[in-house]
Amino acid sequence: MAKVILEKVSKKFGDTIALHDVSMTIPDGSFVVLLGPTGAGKTTTLRMVSGLDELDSGNVFIGGQPVRGLTPAQRNVAVVFQQYSLYPHLSVRENLAFPLKSPLLKTSAAEIARKVSEVAEVLQISHKLDNKATALSGGEMQRVSIGRALVRNPNIYLMDEPLSSLDAKLRSDLRVELKRIQANTGATLLYVTHDQIEAMTMATHVGVLDKGKLVQFGSPKEIYENPVSIYAASRLGQPRINVLPADIFNGAPKNASSIGLRPEQIQQGKGEESVVKSVERLGDQTRLHLFFKSHDIVTVTDAHTSLRVGDIVKIQPVSPFYFDADGARLT
Amino acid sequence: MSNFSATEPSSRQKWVAGTLVILYAVITMLPLLWIIATGFKSPSDSIAYPPKVMFEPTLEGYVNLFTTRTRATPEILEKLGEPATWYDRIVRQYNMVISGPSRYLERFFNSVIIGFGSTFFAIVLGTLAAYAFSRFKVPLKDDLLFFILSTRMMPPIAVAIPIFLMFRQLGLNDTHAGMILLYTAINLSLAVWLIHGFIDEIPIEYEEAALVDGYTRFQAFYKVVLPQASTGIASTAIFCLIFAWNEYALAVLLTSGTAQTAPPFIPTIIGVGGQDWPAVAAGATIFLMPVMIFTVLLRKHLLRGITFGAVRK
Repeated sequence: MAKVILEKVSKKFGDTIALHDVSMTIPDGSFVVLLGPTGAGKTTTLRMVSGLDELDSGNVFIGGQPVRGLTPAQRNVAVVFQQYSLYPHLSVRENLAFPLKSPLLKTSAAEIARKVSEVAEVLQISHKLDNKATALSGGEMQRVSIGRALVRNPNIYLMDEPLSSLDAKLRSDLRVELKRIQANTGATLLYVTHDQIEAMTMATHVGVLDKGKLVQFGSPKEIYENPVSIYAASRLGQPRINVLPADIFNGAPKNASSIGLRPEQIQQGKGEESVVKSVERLGDQTRLHLFFKSHDIVTVTDAHTSLRVGDIVKIQPVSPFYFDADGARLT
Repeated sequence: MSNFSATEPSSRQKWVAGTLVILYAVITMLPLLWIIATGFKSPSDSIAYPPKVMFEPTLEGYVNLFTTRTRATPEILEKLGEPATWYDRIVRQYNMVISGPSRYLERFFNSVIIGFGSTFFAIVLGTLAAYAFSRFKVPLKDDLLFFILSTRMMPPIAVAIPIFLMFRQLGLNDTHAGMILLYTAINLSLAVWLIHGFIDEIPIEYEEAALVDGYTRFQAFYKVVLPQASTGIASTAIFCLIFAWNEYALAVLLTSGTAQTAPPFIPTIIGVGGQDWPAVAAGATIFLMPVMIFTVLLRKHLLRGITFGAVRK
């Protein structure tokens, strides 16, 4: 495992800027999650590190060595692709053994057998080892493809939404499993996801990308509690942060144009009146959709609340975020 | 309504469909069967009118195909005594003796060398070119591909005379190398286009996975792309072989002695002492075998290859 540094990495595809001056340090043994909507540059960042695409300018350092111009094999990285990555002409066992048999690793047959069965055990695919790769369900294929990365001991694991095609149960199992593997082996991971639960639970660091730029990089807690902009604040937290005009409550700073309120920043029972529009009971919590001065607010309340549609709830902000007209955080 | 199902045809429908398929198979197979049967007829049976469907099989045609014979006087025949082998006996009925082997085997092996050789080169070069067109940024890619296709837009025989003159200058007339070169060149455009289509259908992610799994691009091509393109490559190989194997016009023009293939040779068999149709048929039957075996061996690929690309994903 190794520390990975991106230094002013830029990449264009035709006229589209995919990445612009992205600098990032991925510490050894860290689990870095990249967040951002489609087209933000998450996958491109991954491909720059892997060497599958060549960067236009800047450089990438793996373990202190500049790797610009090196092939993926020379960089010794493992990638889990979002789809299509199992070799359809090979069995599951052969798929898992494929990287170990590469001229890069040249593993002995006994060692291959040991590692393959170990990984198959972890990913619960031992009984499918002799199946053709194409005879698996989507979830099984994705587990094999994660397994193909895990059999190796690369400088860094690069994973592109590896859990997105799995069902909820398996996804949460594998989330825990990946986190455990990472913690036990001290592996370095760069992980792309849309799923903020994955980001919050697994990441040691989160990078927020917006239109090819890295807008914030820090621990999930830091990004959740101290976002630099409306954009970064909207990446984490469920329900999403409420963004309202700043003057809707008293006490906004002069140059503030909007106020950001997470559920825990909304105190219920005091302040101004709002109307309950709907009540969503999720079991462990209940979401309240409120109507306040012609704006919608979503917040969380007691799971066993007796509130009903049409009831009046008093609300007031507690140390909210203020943002300027460009969406940047005011501190 | 329940008599008609979209998925399961009724037994009568199956029966009709089966009959039609068998009928069609018989009609298309009939000329082939006639050739094979003629190979086992005697010369007089082969030209009998009305044609004989039932006849006494003989290996005369095959003996005549593989031997050259001379007529002998009764004195010489007497001196030779009893014929030593079964094929001597067949020839002796016509007061002939075997004077040596014919050139058929030689021509047949010329066909094997030239047919399989040119198929091999067309497939190797075609696969590499198709891979490059499919995966790399090739300048003027579309124009180049169109140019390659355009070489197939006229019948090859149209350029036979320039090729003949060029071959004469280069000393390639009537050589194996010359014929392999020629058939490779003709087949290459077909090979590039067909295989290009097959490789385009293989997602690039497989190769990328192999690249990060520690393989070089060539190893990824060899270990991941080739096995998946095998269907397309096999069917392309069959098309190339069938062309090179059957080619007649250029073979007549460009070969005579050493490198002559079987197609120009087979018609000449008939000229030796009367109309020897059984020998011609025997030659044609043996000539059919290699392509038939090759196709049967690769039939699984061929069928999948022909239907390939019919369904867009």
